[in-house]
Amino acid sequence: MPEPLFEFLCRMGDNTLVLGQRVSEWCGHAPVLEEDIALANTALDLIGQTQMWLGLAGEVEGKGRSADDLAMLRDVWDFRNVLLVEQPNGDFGQTLMRQFLFDAWHLAMLTGLKDSANPRVAEIAAKAVKEVAYHVERSSGTVIGLGDGTSESHARMQAALDLLWPYAGEMFVADTVDTAMAEAGISPDLADLRTAFDVHVQRVLGEATLTVPESDFAHKGGKTGFRHSEHLGHMLTQMQWLQRAYPGATW
Amino acid sequence: MKPELAEVWDWLDDVPDPEIPVISVVDLGIVRGVTWEGDTLNVAVTPTYSGCPATTVIALDIETALRDRGISDIRIRTRLSPPWTTDWLSEKGRAKLEEYGIAPPQPAGGPQRCPRCKSTDVVRVSQFGSTPCKAHWRCKDCLEPFDYFKCI
Repeated sequence: MPEPLFEFLCRMGDNTLVLGQRVSEWCGHAPVLEEDIALANTALDLIGQTQMWLGLAGEVEGKGRSADDLAMLRDVWDFRNVLLVEQPNGDFGQTLMRQFLFDAWHLAMLTGLKDSANPRVAEIAAKAVKEVAYHVERSSGTVIGLGDGTSESHARMQAALDLLWPYAGEMFVADTVDTAMAEAGISPDLADLRTAFDVHVQRVLGEATLTVPESDFAHKGGKTGFRHSEHLGHMLTQMQWLQRAYPGATW
Repeated sequence: MKPELAEVWDWLDDVPDPEIPVISVVDLGIVRGVTWEGDTLNVAVTPTYSGCPATTVIALDIETALRDRGISDIRIRTRLSPPWTTDWLSEKGRAKLEEYGIAPPQPAGGPQRCPRCKSTDVVRVSQFGSTPCKAHWRCKDCLEPFDYFKCI
């Protein structure tokens, strides 16, 4: 079994890396300038957090790999992000629904990680949680605005929720890595985060006049690396293009 | 001969923030400590936002400023904890921000007044702005948009 702390740090860093890359795909394409800027700033925060998580992952691994090495020189089967964050952007509403579901989990997770028994993990979480508080405020507000908006925006937000809801469950299903982290006091118990998540999500989706799907079926396989969706590989060909075309290039 | 630390702090107070050049890196509260360790000068710097692209430029600017003053043995360390907060902005820095047209951060979560006409009738346009540390607001009296340095 792989070193659980390294795996855990890759999960945290790959979530923020993959979502940061996805969100940055909007740069220059968002419906209005303010939203373009907000998306780019969110992406920037996530990439900054990635540097901290993957930087620490490289240190813990002890093989001399930097955050850049981990981000740019691994292929799809070595990525440990949840399936939710690698899903395509779709329309603006779908992007914000994905962001909202992730933000609600991210905020609960980082709040727990602030009290981690590992001081390095705790200090990264204390830094990141302040930024994520702004992300969740914005994604919640936008989901409400579009959900409780026109019939067109409402229909699109409901479709986005129906599409993405089956990807929310993976964030809360613990495997051996998550259990080892919780037992060591490094990470909160994932099941315990579900209550805070549900309260938050139900409140926002209720205000947004959206209906939460009844099925709690959860797609899995992202954070273990067992089976990513086809979308991640396509995304990496863009994100890692330079290192693939010119291996070892620096500037 | 090693300069006094108080003098080093004065020099650092002359290093402008690359994005908002009216305030110094000391005003911004990101220089967290300056100590001598033998002949090495240790400078602890904390990032504002974790992805702020100015962070590496700031470290370079600090190093350049200190080298210009004759200090050659410099070690700049990133210190994450405790995380940066806008509470660390100096009073001098806050005043300079407003003079420059950026509303300084307020614990209430929004600007106290328009930095131009001083009206309190202001409205938020977006929680995000031209840099990670700013939000975008507008004054309903003079109708001018302005940046607000958001609380974190």
